[in-house]
Order: sequence, then structure tokens, then C-alpha cells
Amino acid sequence: MTDPSIYNVLYIDLTEGKHEVQERRDLFEKYLGGAGVAVKLLEEECPKGVDPLSPENPIIFTVGPLTGLFPLASKTVAMFKSPLTRNFGESHAGGRSAAAIRFAGYGAIVIRGASRNPVYISIVNDKVKIKDATTLWGMRSSYAVGRVLREVEPGAGKRTIMRIGMAGENLVRYANVVVESYRHFGRLGLGAVFGSKKLKAIVIVGTRSVKIDDVKAYTKVYEEIYKEVTETGVMSKYHVLGTSENVLPLNMLGALPTRNLMQARFELAENISGETLAEKYLAKKIACTHCPIGCIHLASLRIAFAPGHEYETLIIPYDYEPIYALGSMLGIGSAGDVLRLIEKIEGLGLDAISTGVVMAWATEAYQRGLITERETMRLRPNWGEDVEVYIRMAERIARRANEFYSALADGVEAAASKYGGLDFALTCGGNEIPGYHTGPAALVGFITGPRNSHLDSAGYSIDQKALVKPMSDEEMIKQLVEEERVRNVLTSLVICLFARGIYKLDRVSRALETLGIRRSLEELMQLGAEIQRAKASFKAREGFNPYNVRIAKRFFETPTPQGRLTEERIMRMISMYIDAADLKDIYRA
Amino acid sequence: MPHRVSVVGIERCIGCYSCMFACSRLRFNEVGMARSAIQVRSAGGIERGFIVIVCRACIDPPCAKSCPTSALKPRPGGGVILNEDKCTSCKSCYEACIVRAIVWDDERDKPIVCRYCGFCTKFCPHNVIALESIGREILV
Ligand code: SF4
Ligand code: SF4
Ligand code: SF4
Ligand code: SF4
Repeated sequence: MTDPSIYNVLYIDLTEGKHEVQERRDLFEKYLGGAGVAVKLLEEECPKGVDPLSPENPIIFTVGPLTGLFPLASKTVAMFKSPLTRNFGESHAGGRSAAAIRFAGYGAIVIRGASRNPVYISIVNDKVKIKDATTLWGMRSSYAVGRVLREVEPGAGKRTIMRIGMAGENLVRYANVVVESYRHFGRLGLGAVFGSKKLKAIVIVGTRSVKIDDVKAYTKVYEEIYKEVTETGVMSKYHVLGTSENVLPLNMLGALPTRNLMQARFELAENISGETLAEKYLAKKIACTHCPIGCIHLASLRIAFAPGHEYETLIIPYDYEPIYALGSMLGIGSAGDVLRLIEKIEGLGLDAISTGVVMAWATEAYQRGLITERETMRLRPNWGEDVEVYIRMAERIARRANEFYSALADGVEAAASKYGGLDFALTCGGNEIPGYHTGPAALVGFITGPRNSHLDSAGYSIDQKALVKPMSDEEMIKQLVEEERVRNVLTSLVICLFARGIYKLDRVSRALETLGIRRSLEELMQLGAEIQRAKASFKAREGFNPYNVRIAKRFFETPTPQGRLTEERIMRMISMYIDAADLKDIYRA
Repeated sequence: MPHRVSVVGIERCIGCYSCMFACSRLRFNEVGMARSAIQVRSAGGIERGFIVIVCRACIDPPCAKSCPTSALKPRPGGGVILNEDKCTSCKSCYEACIVRAIVWDDERDKPIVCRYCGFCTKFCPHNVIALESIGREILV
């Protein structure tokens, strides 16, 4: 029998200032946890057509039965209606969040309503308090908020501190939630939903333990997984250079979006590569709780702030995505500049990918004369020339400094609808694109994935396989659908997707069995399909239809490693996807 | 020859807590961060790195000296052995260890004292901790 605390759902109502715990065995027994349980809670909690920034939009956090117990089951799922795409919102973060929620005694936390005044939530096991956060509101940097809360809240070293920055307060539609300084609920605007509820932060301390019935069986599978993680090379790439090792290979292929995807190769890629960063700036690597890999790469950057050798040293996390979005996308070819921009954006609490794509669009729009210095408030963005310009631009977005920056704060889609330039506004379904111009599978994945990102079905990896061994469009779609389903299973547990090579479904099944949860491979895949349908249903309910998605011309102008894509082919593949995923009754042509 | 767990490379610690989970699994048949004889925490913000605390196996252990019932006795060669039956939960040992290597078990109201088994070291991916023989120190 699995530990029953996983069934506990903590409901917190910010309007009423109340909270209660309900046992939702029904949900966890059927959907395991994570994404599966979250999408059901979202159906229950989020009324149709609701304004994502209204009190009716819930925030849902979930973990799963393996959380805390197995290496790399180290993530938390957040679900909400996205203020950016105005439909399905899902985002994952690690740090200590997952272990803290589990060891505090919950499988899920649901936040309803909105407070009138700034507040933060403090959860210490079963003690839940809504506390005044007036003093924290308007703080310049999300790092500072963490520093304050570290002093006033208990549980040093075993707690999670989630908080928003200025961007979340000002309802920037792609504001993120920063976790333990270096991890994020990055995509789709959870930070703005926090902001709309006047919720500045959540601190969770979990000091309970989970009892294991069959320690022998558990230890056996645990050690097997642990050994494979640490002793084989399966996961070494995530530790050695981290995801930033992708910069050079993607650039070599011609798949690294550069200067708003006018190019897919960056002549300065070498300067911002994982190799360069590791050699010149890497200070240390750290891990999420219960992850022996340690993929979080922290750079140390020394900046002179005054003459006479006056230096400040900043510790800055880096990954592939921010390097793409704040590096090649903006034509920035200096690792130091990219790190400075990352640091700024982290402090403001902006999603790095969306912000980079937004600023890349603004640069092109400025150069084409769609906007002028009047809109930019005298900034003259010019690919990579002056990082200060982009630092100021990010600040102005976070403050919604004028009408133009306010449009940027609503996302590229909104800005281009207002100022023109939709042909090079790089969103899919309203979400700014991640850094993979690898071919049709990636693009179709951005359009059909519930989050409209690479995270749902990893089309970029299918494209890269197709380069080695050509495959038909049908085959690509088949793999895309299958990958999405597998990921739905992993994210219901919630296993870090970097460990997908370790957690093959048969091993998942065995790990679950040690806790008394019996699921065959077929049942797991079925669950993956069911979650896929549930997410699509939510999207369709909120007005999304992949058949009507706007696809920017730019995607078809710049060749991918598999050649130039055509709109006809992509539309055909979208239709294939809907067939293959069995979503015809949900999405109609 | 007696052993102890030694923190040999704290700067290499990635804060994965695998060592704590190992101890809690072995000693308490459970998974958690509360009950483990080895403790990891951040040194005030993750950017500052981590602190790992485990019993140093003192030659003349202050914790044992503070024990009014001889529940905690010196182990030959360094460190201590706990006989829980004699323990009255007075917490003097907990107070006496200035490195805070004795963890208080709130659930059972007893001290958690390292057994020098080295199980935790097998799960450290970065060789931050190591089981070492302390034989030489006895000769000194
Ligand atoms: S518990 Fe503390 S005082 Fe006792 S032997 Fe260990 S380190 Fe020394
Ligand atoms: S708590 Fe127990 S072991 Fe510790 S000093 Fe008191 S009696 Fe001795
Ligand atoms: S040596 Fe054994 S008892 Fe001591 S901390 Fe490690 S696992 Fe726990
Ligand atoms: S297992 Fe090693 S790296 Fe992980 S927390 Fe413990 S000492 Fe640090």
C-alpha cells in the first residue's frame, strides 16, 4: 500500500483566507499524480471561458507517488489557465519544491480566489498560514524576496521558496515563478496568475517521512535506478555540460534560431556555447532534491561597477534555452553579455524564452520601421550590439513602462497584432517558440502540443533522428504522438524528463509496484493517451484549434536542416496528428 | 579498526540529499529528510553551497560525557554507541554536541546517533563523504 498522504489535496482560498484538506483517493488512484491529477483538478476548478487573471483561475500544484522516494522523481507540476495563450497552462519546476510538498504531507495544492493585499503562503507540514507580503511587493529583484523569506521562515535547507518578481506583480503575461533562486515554473505565465491573486510567494517546509512497507523490494529497484543514473553514461550529458551542450550541434545542423530566425546558424555560436561557458564561467553544479545528477549549472560572473577594481560577483544559472533566447535570437555573441541578461531577467521574474523572442521581434520591427524610438523610449535595439539596450528593454517590459512595452508584456502575438509584423512574430498557439528550427516534427509539435512548446512531444529529437535515417511524415507523427503519451505518464509521477532514458515504462511499472501500485505497460500508455485527450479537451473548450493556428511566414522562409518547410505539409501533418492521437472528436477541421 | 564518515570534499556537494535518504531508508525503513544521522542543508542560499554534518567520532566524546544514564557510551577508538533502552530522552547529548551531529527524532523523542556503517557514502555521487578508518588517531 502506498503512503496515503499522497491523496491529500490542500485547498487554500485566498479570498476567504481559509484552507482545508480533502482526501482525493479517487483522483490519485486513477491518474497517479502530477499532470494526470492536475488536469482533472483543472477541469474541476477552472470555469469555462474565465479570464486567466481573475480570481476564478486556480493554481494547481501536484506531485506523484514516486516523488521524494526515487531518484529524479524530483519535479512539481503547476497547472492553470495561461494568461499568455488563454488556454491550457502547465509548467514544471524542480528545486526542492516536489520533496517539500510530499514531505509536508500532500499530493496536491490548489489555490483559489485572490487576496486584496499582497500576501505569501507559509506551509509547514499541516500548518498553513496566509501572511502579509506588503513589504515584499515591488522589490526590485526576486533574489531579494528569497533572502528575506529565508530569514523569517523556518526549515532552512529543506524547504522550497517560490516567488514572483516585478513582472508577475505587473501581470506580464509570461512572468515566471522563481524556485530556489535557480529553477522556475517558466513558461505560460504562472507568475502573472500569482500576481493577479496578489500572491507574492509560497514557502513550503516538509519534515514528515514516508513509510515504506516493503523496504526490500523498494531498495532493490531504488539501487538499480541509482546505479544506472550514476554509473552509466545515460545521463552524463546533463551533468557534464548540461543542456547548453546543444548550442554547437544545433548550430552546426543549421537549427539554431538566430536574429529572430532570419537565420538558423549563428556565426558567434562558439562564444556562447556550453563549452565556452564551462571553461570561462562555470562555478559549480547543483541538484534538485533527490537527484544525483546535478544538472543545474551556475556561472560566476565578475562585473566592475566602479573604477578602481570595484567588482561584484554574480552567480547565474544557465541552460540551453536562455542561451538561445537571450543569445543567438538577439544576435548576442558574448557569453558574459548573455549571462548578464539572464541575471536581469531572472531578477525581474520573466520567462527567458518568451522575453528573448519578444525582444527579437521588437528588434526586427524597429529595424523595419514598424516602431520608432518614440515607442521604444529612445532605445535603439540592434542585434547583439549593446546588451544594455536589452537589459533596459526587459526592465521596461516588466514595468509595462508605456503602451508599447505593455503590448510587449502581453506577448509577441499581441504586440504584432497591434504594430504589424505578424509574419515574423514567432509564436505557436500564442506561445513564443523554443530554440529548435530542426524541421517539421518540431514545428508540428509546437502547434499540437498542449503547452505549444518543445516540452510536450520533443519533435526536435525526432527531426534529428530523421536526419540520420529519413522517415516519412506519418512515421514522424506516430513518434510524436507516442512521445507525448509517454511524457504524460512520466509527468504524472513526476519524473524529470531528463531521466526519460532511465525511466522506461517497464521500470516505471516496477517502481510503482514496490509501493503497491500495479500498472501494466498497456495501462500506463492508456493513461498517457487519456491525459492527452483531457488536455486537448481543455484547450478546445477554451477556443484553441490546431487547424486554425497562425503559422508565421518566417518558419517557411528560413530553411531547416531538412530543407524548407511548406505550409501545406505542416497542415497535412497537423491533420495526421489529430487522427493518430485520436482527437478528431475534439478538434474539428 | 573503527570507522567514521568524513566530509572530504564539501565544495563538491551538489545538494542532492541522496546520503540523507540512504540513512533514513536504512535506519528507519522510511524516506524523508527528518530522520537521518547525516544532515545536509544549504549554507544560506544555494549559491553559497552546502553544509554536511555527520558525527566526527570524537576520541573523548562530549555527548557521552553528558549522558546521565550511560545510554550513550564511548566506542573504543572514537565515537559513541547508543543503548536506547537506557535513554531517558533528556536531550543533554543533543546539546553537548556542538557540531549538531546528533539529530533529534521528534517522532520517538530519542537521539539519532550515527552508527558509522558508511551506507550513506555509497550514495554520494560526488565523493563528498567517505568512510574512513580512524585507527591511526588511536595511536596518537
Ligand atoms: S555526536 Fe558529536 S560529540 Fe558525540 S562523538 Fe559525534 S561528533 Fe563527537
Ligand atoms: S538523550 Fe538519552 S542518550 Fe542523550 S544524554 Fe539523554 S539519556 Fe543519554
Ligand atoms: S554512517 Fe550509517 S548511520 Fe551514519 S549517517 Fe551514514 S548511513 Fe547513517
Ligand atoms: S550525497 Fe553527496 S553530493 Fe549529495 S547531498 Fe550528500 S554529500 Fe552532497
